[in-house]
Amino acid sequence: MSALRILVPIKRVIDYAVKPRVNKAQTGVETAGVKHSMNPFDELSVEESVRIREKKSAPGGVEDICVISAGPAKAADVLRTAMAMGADRGIHVDVKEGEDLEPLSVAKLLKAAVEKEKSNLVILGKQSIDDDAAQTGQMLAGLLGWPQATQASKVSFAKGDLVEVTKEVDGGVETVRAKLPLVITTDLRLNEPRYASLPNIMKAKKKPLVKMSLGDLGVANERRLRVVKVTEPAPRQGGGKVEDVDGLISKLKELGAI
Amino acid sequence: MLFPIATRTVIRSVGALPRSASAFSSPFSSPSALRRLLSSLAVLEQRDGKLNHGSLSAITAAKKLGGSVHGFVAGSNIKAVAEEAAKVEGVEKIIAVDNAAYDKGLPENFAPLLVENIKKGGYTHIIAGHTAFGKSLLPRVAALLDSQQISDITAIENENTFVRPIYAGNAIATVESSDPIKVITIRGTAFPAAETQGGSAAVEDGADPNVQISVEWVSEDLAKSDRPDLATAGKVVSGGRGLKSKDDFDKIMLPLADSLGAAVGASRAAVDSGYADNSLQVGQTGKVVAPQLYMAVGISGAIQHLAGMKDSKVIAAINKDAEAPIFQVADVGLVGDLFDKVPELTEKLKNS
Repeated sequence: MSALRILVPIKRVIDYAVKPRVNKAQTGVETAGVKHSMNPFDELSVEESVRIREKKSAPGGVEDICVISAGPAKAADVLRTAMAMGADRGIHVDVKEGEDLEPLSVAKLLKAAVEKEKSNLVILGKQSIDDDAAQTGQMLAGLLGWPQATQASKVSFAKGDLVEVTKEVDGGVETVRAKLPLVITTDLRLNEPRYASLPNIMKAKKKPLVKMSLGDLGVANERRLRVVKVTEPAPRQGGGKVEDVDGLISKLKELGAI
Repeated sequence: MLFPIATRTVIRSVGALPRSASAFSSPFSSPSALRRLLSSLAVLEQRDGKLNHGSLSAITAAKKLGGSVHGFVAGSNIKAVAEEAAKVEGVEKIIAVDNAAYDKGLPENFAPLLVENIKKGGYTHIIAGHTAFGKSLLPRVAALLDSQQISDITAIENENTFVRPIYAGNAIATVESSDPIKVITIRGTAFPAAETQGGSAAVEDGADPNVQISVEWVSEDLAKSDRPDLATAGKVVSGGRGLKSKDDFDKIMLPLADSLGAAVGASRAAVDSGYADNSLQVGQTGKVVAPQLYMAVGISGAIQHLAGMKDSKVIAAINKDAEAPIFQVADVGLVGDLFDKVPELTEKLKNS
């Protein structure tokens, strides 16, 4: 089996525990001074890559785990976190604050990176928790003409470059088998990401981190969607509490729910 | 309602006409001329020769756009499915491809198949549900068409402008697409499934590029249940970490569901703890539901969970923590131990 050269795209997003607020101009959500971290699904991708190496589950071994992120200077922080978790090196594609790429542009950028880095496995999160688009992995697979296994909850390897992936689908799970090269997107139950230890955080500072521009990868930030406005959802008013089960039943009847 | 949207296309393309209401009645915008400009392809789902009625939401959304509406189905012995879909009102044509290679809806061959038929039909809008099938397939189709997909829309403003939730539903974005072919997935709960009656569409064989498959389907393991389907149920009872074990989850939640005729859901905490199957998860990363009644039992109400249920008509919550955030969105809340309150509720519902 070929040795794995894994590319792990990661995104810096507003931390999952923060409740985002729409900005006054209604052009987006407030990001200044808001805690950011690695997209939770991308942590799963990094963890899975590192586990494939540690558990020696791929017959050909793991030659390289490269993490890549496109974003402002601070995207380098999440790349360092991924390296502290066990990735070998990072690529930071510098994109100015507020000039975020759409998934199609990210997929084009990743295609160029895959070709440059000679990757044969790309592991992405199934969606980013900011835009909630759930597109990039599938688009990348389409552009490369590679098979795709989305929403993976289990990944295993066999001889002959075969990878078996169990995917979460509506109503249960489905298992597919494909030959490398392959694009996988991760779902929550794939693994439990580790915390980076302090010594590993220190070591990660010495790992190579290359800075690139979109131009270096031959990609332009071409926007197809114009955000007309961003608004708060209609607020939901709590209806208060009832004392007991009878109160609950009569209130539900009053509301026409039962 | 169908024509004003499409009319604006004509006005824009003509350019010289004023964008005023009076222009809508201008002779340049006769409906027959418009239908050629805007045409939608609704991608329908089937399993084992049965049409997935939930996927008919795509037709509802296509009808909202105006213009002509075609449906697309593919799989083995597809005729019966195509004929059923042809009965949906407002559908002009069903494109059917009879080939067992498409039975499992694998995007590696289904995406090139769709692209071939999209190009052949000259569609301006491609619509599918934001389901596991739609989510894995449509972005691949969009990439092959060099189009930036618009995911999980909840409303259509006009043929270029769509509304979609972002940040787990904490913000609502209105976006305008400049792509000539719009590839769209829709949130099923925002577009009711079209009824399969009143229509008489033609069924036509689609193009089949027979792209060789690069992935092998091995097996599936689907949860079996006699209860209503979670995504489309009128009532949902959902359990969280407060249930403490799988045995308790089954013992407490299932009778409650049956007493209401409800589907069963779960929070991520309950799924991760193994209390419930992951196909029951409601939330940002699970299913999005919007039933008449959503009853949250032992669920605190984290934003990721609220993302999946806050459009429910009536939300009821039972939780022993009076400060739990779920009470801020619940129409009716009961503070108490679910192990006492839920069996009592189940009993009283049964007897009423």
